[in-house]
Amino acid sequence: MATIQLQKVEKKFGELYAVKPMDLTIADGEFVSLLGPSGCGKTTTLRMISGLETVSGGMISLDGRNVTWRHPSDRNIAFVFQLYALYPHMNARQNISFPLQAEGMDKADIEKRVEEVVKLLRIETLLNTRPSKLSGGDKQRIALARALVRRPAAFLMDEPLGALDAEFRETMRAEIKRLHLNIHATTVYVTHDQIEAMAMSDRIVVMSAAEVQQVGTPAEVYYDPANLFVARFIGSPGMNLIEGHYGEGVIRLPGENGYPVPNGLRASIENAIGDGPAVVGFRPEAAEINAQGALTGNVYATDLHGAYTMLHVNLNENEIVHIRGDRTVSFPIGTQVRFNLNPEMVRFFHPETEKAIRQEGRP
Amino acid sequence: MSSISLQNITKDFPGVRALDNVSFDIQDGEFFVLLGPTGAGKTTTLRVIAGLTKQEGGSVSFDGQVTDSLTPADRDVAFVFQQYSLYPTMTVYENLAFPLRSPMRRTPEPEIRKKVEHVAQTLRITHLLDRKTARLSGGEMQRVSIGRAIVREPRVFLMDEPLSNLDAKLREALRVELQHLQKTQGNTTLFVTHDQIEALTMADRIAVMNHGRIIQIGTPNDIYDRPATTFVATLVGTPRINLFKAKRDNGSILIENSELHIPSTGNTPPQLLLGIRPEDVKPASNGRFSGQLILTEPLGVETILHIQSGGQTLLSLVPGMTHLMLNDTIRFNLVQDRLHYFSLQGKRLGDRI
Repeated sequence: MATIQLQKVEKKFGELYAVKPMDLTIADGEFVSLLGPSGCGKTTTLRMISGLETVSGGMISLDGRNVTWRHPSDRNIAFVFQLYALYPHMNARQNISFPLQAEGMDKADIEKRVEEVVKLLRIETLLNTRPSKLSGGDKQRIALARALVRRPAAFLMDEPLGALDAEFRETMRAEIKRLHLNIHATTVYVTHDQIEAMAMSDRIVVMSAAEVQQVGTPAEVYYDPANLFVARFIGSPGMNLIEGHYGEGVIRLPGENGYPVPNGLRASIENAIGDGPAVVGFRPEAAEINAQGALTGNVYATDLHGAYTMLHVNLNENEIVHIRGDRTVSFPIGTQVRFNLNPEMVRFFHPETEKAIRQEGRP
Repeated sequence: MSSISLQNITKDFPGVRALDNVSFDIQDGEFFVLLGPTGAGKTTTLRVIAGLTKQEGGSVSFDGQVTDSLTPADRDVAFVFQQYSLYPTMTVYENLAFPLRSPMRRTPEPEIRKKVEHVAQTLRITHLLDRKTARLSGGEMQRVSIGRAIVREPRVFLMDEPLSNLDAKLREALRVELQHLQKTQGNTTLFVTHDQIEALTMADRIAVMNHGRIIQIGTPNDIYDRPATTFVATLVGTPRINLFKAKRDNGSILIENSELHIPSTGNTPPQLLLGIRPEDVKPASNGRFSGQLILTEPLGVETILHIQSGGQTLLSLVPGMTHLMLNDTIRFNLVQDRLHYFSLQGKRLGDRI
């Protein structure tokens, strides 16, 4: 297996950056997602790693070997695309063995290899079927098997679940992750779906506007987003982000609300913004409805989700916050509610640089 | 606004029965959702109510009056579709005013202005009024489409997957707006979707459809807590409900191919299907069941645990990030009074077995 290293890798089309210079080291056996909205540069990054796209600058190494200008076929990397790209005239077994036949491997070895991946993916019953007769999930399994059978140094996957309906996506997500835990192949996974990235990855590279916004574990990007983009993009709904005004240890918020900044953070906030506008961020589950709560607003809508309830609360006419409660929570529209925030889960951001303001001495 | 009643509607397309004896009532001011997979008959039902499709049998009434002989225009319904049908060369203001300028209505200009401005304010699109609709984002266009539907106060709103073309964040935001609008204005609304989250979060009541038939009608809580069939049980809820074959075994229920014995109250059939929602599989250090943790999927607000017991895998949904390690043996309880029992054919057997 392989370590993948990107050093100042960039891609320009004319004067326009598709990917601004980025550094990234993916450890041997690691599962890393490139996550962001369409046009953020994630697929271009993946294509540069594969060699399907040339770089405009920087260096790509596989296991310490500079492959920046190597042909894709010299990189020993396998692809799984969103569209399965199976050969329609071959059955599943023939599709899986094809890459090995093309390499000229002898028949007995091919059979052994195919046997292995078939067992791993539990696709014994599909082998004699043509792609046109397979469900979307099964086609994706065959495409995975065909990639696996070559035992590549790394897997590159470009939205492999994008074409599946919700139900299959959930199942395949778990299957790919289990497969990864079994074979520990270095994997780079491109997706625009934050749930997929969170559920599957060891680390997530959040990208937007051709630029890396944050690299971190799922817990890091969720609890400690580096900036407002990451805070909004991760989570469903994203983090509540309320602009207020800092002064004398308190951030005054819309409505008649205020949030006292913990002592340890005051110096950081004063350094970053002095007296002035500051953004308070908290996840929906960091707020708790409580009759004696310090903050208040009026219920705008109540969503039942089966397992839980999402309350949407107006602080004033323009600011809505989302509060997650248990499934019995429900209020008529317009009800005044009070709530508290779990101070461990409150974050602060600079409204202009959009960057997180963290306690000094902490990353 | 109006109430709507469908009685025994049937509709055949060549070689297929699109609607099979569909009956339901929508109350005045109700947000009623038709939920089902592609081909369930949801859109055909909506078109029959609108008068765009003629049914073979049964009748549709508005406020107790049979409307079957009325043209779509005379039924006075307003549509919002998945594809926005705005006039691209007109401004947002002109698009919103258009339905009021119909020769049949002859609304005076000052009143048109008042209505358009009020609707724009409700939907937070006042700042867009002078813009051409071709220059709007998808979310803005859909707001204008909704605005054009509500500006003229029809008897009923018919919405066919209006949020499906929007990205996830926008869908979330508009879902909340739509729900707020409907609740505060009391519009009778029929909303068609294949998305269970849209149905659960917005509906007063949901009708689940499949293969041209109504499978179950109920409040979101009814549908989620007491699904009438395994089809309904698996259609709503993410991650999906755990569903296992089980059998009677010495006064308890044994999940096949596992060691999970669940107390039974006595009238258990010899074989059945057992449904357990993932949030009702609760890890606890002194839990009565045990299994091996084979996969975790951290989603941020919660984590999905895959727990293997014998040959079966249960999904469990727990709050926050977990510190449990892969391959740990973990103990758990099942919330006994939230288990779901179905016959092998998939019909709900009652709340206690």
